[in-house]
Amino acid sequence: MNKTTVSLAIALALAVPFGAHAGKTLDSIKQKGQVACGVHTGLSGFSQADSQGNWDGIDVDYCKALAAAVLGDASKVKYVPLTAAQRFTALQSGEIDILSRNTTWTLTRDASLGLNFIGTVYYDGQGFLVPAKSKVKSAKAMKGATVCVQSGTTTEKNLTDYSRANKLDMKPVVFEKIEAATGAYFSGRCAAFTTDASGLASVRNKEAKNPADHVILPELISKEPLGPAVRRGDDEWFAIAKWVLFGLIEAEEYDITQANVEKLAAESTDPVVMRITGKSEDTGKLLGLDKDWMVKAVKAVGNYGEMFERNVGPKTPLNLPRGLNNQWNKGGLQYAPPIR
Amino acid sequence: MRRPSARKRWSWRSQAFRGLLWQVVAVLLVGFAVWFLAHNTLENMRARGIQSGFDFLKGPAGFDIGESLIPYDALDPYWKAFLVGILNTLRVAIIGIGVATLFGTLLGIGRFSANAIVRGLCYAYTETFRNVPILLQLLFWYLVFTEVLPPVAEPVSVGPFLLSKAGFSFPWWVEGRWSVPAPGAFSMEGGASATPEFMAVLMGLVFYTSAFIGEIVRAGIAAVPKGQVEAASALGLPRGLQVRKVILPQALRVIIPPLTSQYLNITKNSSLAVAIGYPDVVSIANTSLNNTGRAVECISIIMLVYLVTSLSTALFMNWYNKRVAIQER
Amino acid sequence: MKKKSWIRKNLFANAWSSLATIVFAVLVVAYLPGLLNWMVVQAVFGPNVDACQAARGTGACWGVIAEKWRLIVFGRYPHLEQWRPALATVLLLGLLFASCVRKFWTLWLVPAWIVVWVVFFWLMHGGLGLSVVPTDQWGGLPLTIMLSTIAIAGAFPLSIFVALGRRSKLPAIRTLCTVYIELVRGVPLVSILFMASFLFPLFMPVGKSPDVLIRVIVGLILFWAAYLAETVRGGLQAIPKGQLEAAASVGLGYWQTQRKVVLPQALAIVVPAVVNTFIAIFKDTSLVTIVSLYELTGALSIALNSDANWRPFKIEGYLFIAALYFTFCFAMSRYSLWVEKQVHHG
Repeated sequence: MNKTTVSLAIALALAVPFGAHAGKTLDSIKQKGQVACGVHTGLSGFSQADSQGNWDGIDVDYCKALAAAVLGDASKVKYVPLTAAQRFTALQSGEIDILSRNTTWTLTRDASLGLNFIGTVYYDGQGFLVPAKSKVKSAKAMKGATVCVQSGTTTEKNLTDYSRANKLDMKPVVFEKIEAATGAYFSGRCAAFTTDASGLASVRNKEAKNPADHVILPELISKEPLGPAVRRGDDEWFAIAKWVLFGLIEAEEYDITQANVEKLAAESTDPVVMRITGKSEDTGKLLGLDKDWMVKAVKAVGNYGEMFERNVGPKTPLNLPRGLNNQWNKGGLQYAPPIR
Repeated sequence: MRRPSARKRWSWRSQAFRGLLWQVVAVLLVGFAVWFLAHNTLENMRARGIQSGFDFLKGPAGFDIGESLIPYDALDPYWKAFLVGILNTLRVAIIGIGVATLFGTLLGIGRFSANAIVRGLCYAYTETFRNVPILLQLLFWYLVFTEVLPPVAEPVSVGPFLLSKAGFSFPWWVEGRWSVPAPGAFSMEGGASATPEFMAVLMGLVFYTSAFIGEIVRAGIAAVPKGQVEAASALGLPRGLQVRKVILPQALRVIIPPLTSQYLNITKNSSLAVAIGYPDVVSIANTSLNNTGRAVECISIIMLVYLVTSLSTALFMNWYNKRVAIQER
Repeated sequence: MKKKSWIRKNLFANAWSSLATIVFAVLVVAYLPGLLNWMVVQAVFGPNVDACQAARGTGACWGVIAEKWRLIVFGRYPHLEQWRPALATVLLLGLLFASCVRKFWTLWLVPAWIVVWVVFFWLMHGGLGLSVVPTDQWGGLPLTIMLSTIAIAGAFPLSIFVALGRRSKLPAIRTLCTVYIELVRGVPLVSILFMASFLFPLFMPVGKSPDVLIRVIVGLILFWAAYLAETVRGGLQAIPKGQLEAAASVGLGYWQTQRKVVLPQALAIVVPAVVNTFIAIFKDTSLVTIVSLYELTGALSIALNSDANWRPFKIEGYLFIAALYFTFCFAMSRYSLWVEKQVHHG
């Protein structure tokens, strides 16, 4: 009898804490003291850990900016490396607060996976990487070729569409992990490797023994707006995540940089700059953040342009042109709604 | 209404009552756990607007599959993609079971060879392959196929059989005539090919499992009393007949039950194919899970498929075991 | 003289045997020099990538181990702190080894295990003066050994209850235990790991889900308990019915009978089988790499996949960790045979 009572008591004890409702994302982040950020397991330029466990990349920088804006400290990020297959459930289940893992924004994902995309960090398109010695000049010449691809990505479906539309009859070899897919490509199992062009550049320039041995074909076969996503059901957190990204983009537009942000915050008389730095209007209050949330974010990682140049731009091994990712007034697509 | 003796049995300390109580508590606890998890899941899904249900199986899959036993097109529905995956799993498992049984039996018999080198080699093989994780073996074979073998354009050939990075190619009956494989621009053209993924999974399963089967066969043969063999010799039976009529029937009784679990292991271990890109049911489910976000549904399908195959293998082997078992009385 | 007769009997007993010996001798002469040449003579032992590239195809590059061994053995654990997992693993292995020696089979083992586990987690995780290393950076051999040891330590006690439950006279308990055992044994470990890693967080209220390492450990325990339960049940079935009747006649209750009469005998019988299950667990922890925990197999792939210079020498890497696994598993299987003999004699 005693044992029964004990068992029931244990069952109840287990049930009570779980019954309580989880707080809002922002509150729980403040309480935990860190932002749990889902990142790629290793894609140089986007998110990659060195052997010391330090993360860098443009996706990682966004997480740092978010942590700086919310907690005032860019180091308060818990990185959760995720495979393509794991990422959505990790976000849905609350294991991570934000998914910043070069994820393509599509209707199906937005509407049925229980998440909200907050914007686009990198406008991309899918391409093919082939060995230079295969002398292939166009994807259309690869009839019947085997193509290595990572599972659980939009790339897998785009490849199918492209192959169908052009009657190429390509054979996908699908891997769960990107290391396995690139490993198989480099060993010669596949005639081509396909993923977003930025990913191809990353693989070619960082993982190939000699980048010149591999060529990225000119065709881009899809639109791949890559951006972070948050869980549905918390509009306040959605707004914060969105505006940190917009803020970083707008900071570039108004030449607010990592180096000058504190000086500008103190001295600038430009009304737009004063609003962004929280000097004139307290936009932070509207979001539930500190007044100088944008100053902290820019101070931590720089503006969007600096993030781009540092991680993937022409001066990095990835050597990606600014292209579509330039500011709207410089011929690109990056256009942030105004902070006001 | 109750007789006094009956009432007396219903004391707190009576065994029947305690038994009942234990059962009620156990059922309640399990029921509570299931309810708790199910409730959370539904709650989570509702709160985020995650779509659920098996209706997605009827929608078009939209992705290609590298190898398929049945005609499959990307516009076919998800259920057909799953079917392709299931058939791929069964294909590698069934061929694996056949080859591993053959190989394992030879290994087991080899342990009784008159030749010390054969005995030693069989022993060394068994110990080596069963003491290294199967996943490592799969990865190793895949690496051998993709790294060591020559490119498609210059395959290693033995007659019409070709080995290259495109896998193992052999002549096959295509559209009413024999077609012989030849290197094309990106793949082998003509004939039929077993992809490196398939070959690696198959080899991993066969090498690993045959080591265990060899040990089972050895134990089975060792369990046959020596006197039986001596008696058979005394009767003048030739060695072949001795094995077929005396040793094997008795050894099989010892062998079948553990062999059954090895067959189940092959089927279950074929799920590791996902690590090297063979499109088995786990790999298809993974892709579907990502495209549709139906995590619960896709993982239940995986589990259901393996449960059904495991249970039916077990049923078949039990039936076979009954047939070879000693008919008592 | 004796040698000669041995050779005749074992190598040239009949025509087939002689043929096999000759074929083998020819193969050795044909291939052994090449193999030795690849493995030793032409092989590169120093961590020199150019020498390795030059020797490619003719000699093995063991230099890849010399260069990458720390990443392979410790995974992503911070470089300067790697003495911690090393020490923790040595402690754990030492105790595991001690537990295998009959002389130490006393009750002192229980507190010893508890202390070693506490120290192990303190060293691995940090705190109390050590810097904190989050679980996603744990990896390599320490993770492999930790996962397999925890899995057996958790699964074994659970399996005893489940096995007893499956033989229970109470229908509801028997059904629950049978369904659990058959369900788990019917599905592959990969699906359980997927469930623990992807799905389980969805089953819990938002943000209440435990660390992925803990989820995987629980998954492993539940999985292996089903297998061990069948092993234990085999032991239980070996106890003659007369003993149960005797226990009942002297007035022992169910739990007393199990504890004092049945289990001591049944568990002694199943020790070799349990050691064999431990070997299986040890090998199968390699599967957790599929859900992104970088134990030994996974650590090898992070060590080599992202490094273009060393990637071609992955085969040598695989051979190296295969040798590690083999050493552990072979030693344990010898131990299991030894225990089996002890049980039969004792």
